[in-house]
Amino acid sequence: MASTETTDPTADAPVKDRGDAGGLEAGLDALETSVASRTPFRQTFVNKILPPIVAVGVVLVVWQALISLKIVDDPTKLPSPADVGNEFRDAWLEGTLLGYIWTSISRGLLGFLFALAIGTPLGLLVARVKFVRAAIGPILSGLQSLPSVAWVPPAVIWLGLNNSMMYAVILLGAVPSIANGLVSGIDQVPPLFLRAGRTMGATGLKGAWHIVMPAALPGYLAGLKQGWAFSWRSLMAAEIIASSPDLGIGLGALLENGRNASSMSMVFEAIFLILFVGIAIDLLIFSPLERWVLRSRGLLVKG
Amino acid sequence: MATALAKAAESTAAVEHAARIEHVSKSFPGPAGQQLVLDDITLDVAPGEFVTLLGASGCGKSTLLNLVAGLDRPTAGTITTDGRPALMFQEHALFPWLTAGKNIELALKLRGVPKSERRGRAEQLLELVRLKGSYGKRVHELSGGMRQRVAMARALAQDSQLLLMDEPFAALDAITRDVLHDELTRIWAETGVSVLFVTHNVREAVRLAQRVVLLSSRPGRVAREWRVDMAQPRRIEDAPVAELSLEITDVLRGEIRRHGQH
Repeated sequence: MASTETTDPTADAPVKDRGDAGGLEAGLDALETSVASRTPFRQTFVNKILPPIVAVGVVLVVWQALISLKIVDDPTKLPSPADVGNEFRDAWLEGTLLGYIWTSISRGLLGFLFALAIGTPLGLLVARVKFVRAAIGPILSGLQSLPSVAWVPPAVIWLGLNNSMMYAVILLGAVPSIANGLVSGIDQVPPLFLRAGRTMGATGLKGAWHIVMPAALPGYLAGLKQGWAFSWRSLMAAEIIASSPDLGIGLGALLENGRNASSMSMVFEAIFLILFVGIAIDLLIFSPLERWVLRSRGLLVKG
Repeated sequence: MATALAKAAESTAAVEHAARIEHVSKSFPGPAGQQLVLDDITLDVAPGEFVTLLGASGCGKSTLLNLVAGLDRPTAGTITTDGRPALMFQEHALFPWLTAGKNIELALKLRGVPKSERRGRAEQLLELVRLKGSYGKRVHELSGGMRQRVAMARALAQDSQLLLMDEPFAALDAITRDVLHDELTRIWAETGVSVLFVTHNVREAVRLAQRVVLLSSRPGRVAREWRVDMAQPRRIEDAPVAELSLEITDVLRGEIRRHGQH
């Protein structure tokens, strides 16, 4: 410490301060770091779990009231909650309930996996190759707004009444969403990350693997989530329109059977199951995945 | 141009200089034809030297740093560096999908450090920036000052002879900035790395550097240089720091005033 060059009378003070620079820094760090606490279960229950239960309860009460007060007095139009419940119980006791669900879910998930395998490289290509983007980018976005039920008639004509036709419809519904999600994810990668990566030597494939792909993950996941919703919708449309004894009975076919048998409670059963599966897959797979990614990056706003 | 740069980098000149900037000009296409941003800049950074580049807006200091970092190419002139310089930005630029430690390990990995050594080296670097125990912290869990220290550790992980810093403390509060000045001075002394530090804060420039280089604006030219002989560590409040800052500020204001006259 050569303080000879300075005439400042407080020149010795820095020496003392600096001896404790680590402590000063630790103090600053502690002051600026907020401690995150876990929300107690009671609060989670009141804020997150209770409201949907109340909403479902209200719907059931109103529904029962419509029947009991004879406002709608026609079981072929509106079955009672108990009738629909019986339908579920019968299907469960006959052992067919899980079969319906599994037929549709296995188709939906397999189709979704195909869509994933096609949509991901397609998205990469559109995002990275200018010519490809100019050529099919707008078409890909446009396809997202085309209801995939429009593909059912041509798919039946091209492929016949079989599982391939179902998968084709799922693909046409889900691939654009997945590819578009990846494209917008890559477009939104902050240029700063790319520059930082380049100074560290992450260029070309290394840059794509270490920087671009992980940075684009949130957008990609949003695309997957939407892709699943589109897969499921497309599949239901295909199952309702194209029923054949060879295809087995999925949820869409169950709905169609209910209509043919004029059994409104069976129609309701099918609608509830379709809704339930769609929500369950989202809650069990996509939402946790998305929450985990966003939370680990500090992007999840605590509500 | 690229091959000329690469060849020059292999020459012996690189050994005597952490960076050698020779007659570098840079222009960008503007609304009225080519706009000259940097005009004939010549500047050397000796091994282990700490140089600050000072200038008002539009002096092209960040452009110059990008050129030295190899992110862009000069229109004329040559830049030679001993290997790829590390670069620190005003924003921490840490990757939010990695923990603090893994951010540092990525730099090590891209440099080819074997997997078995990365963890230990990353812990060492975190200790160097006084963030022992923050290995598993996510970027968003760190304060602004801590993030910049992790960014510093990540830059040091590149094991480069030259550390380029582009206003790295400009976005921090004054208290944290003072502390990080001390830290940077200490780390510079401990590692012997050369630093080229860009700032528009005159006192910061004097507080940190052995040599302050003032750039004029539009186009950027080297206007003047000062040697700063005061011993480190200094404080930003030291009288000699203030005195020299005053002198430099006067020259800087003179440069800025020229742009008001037609």
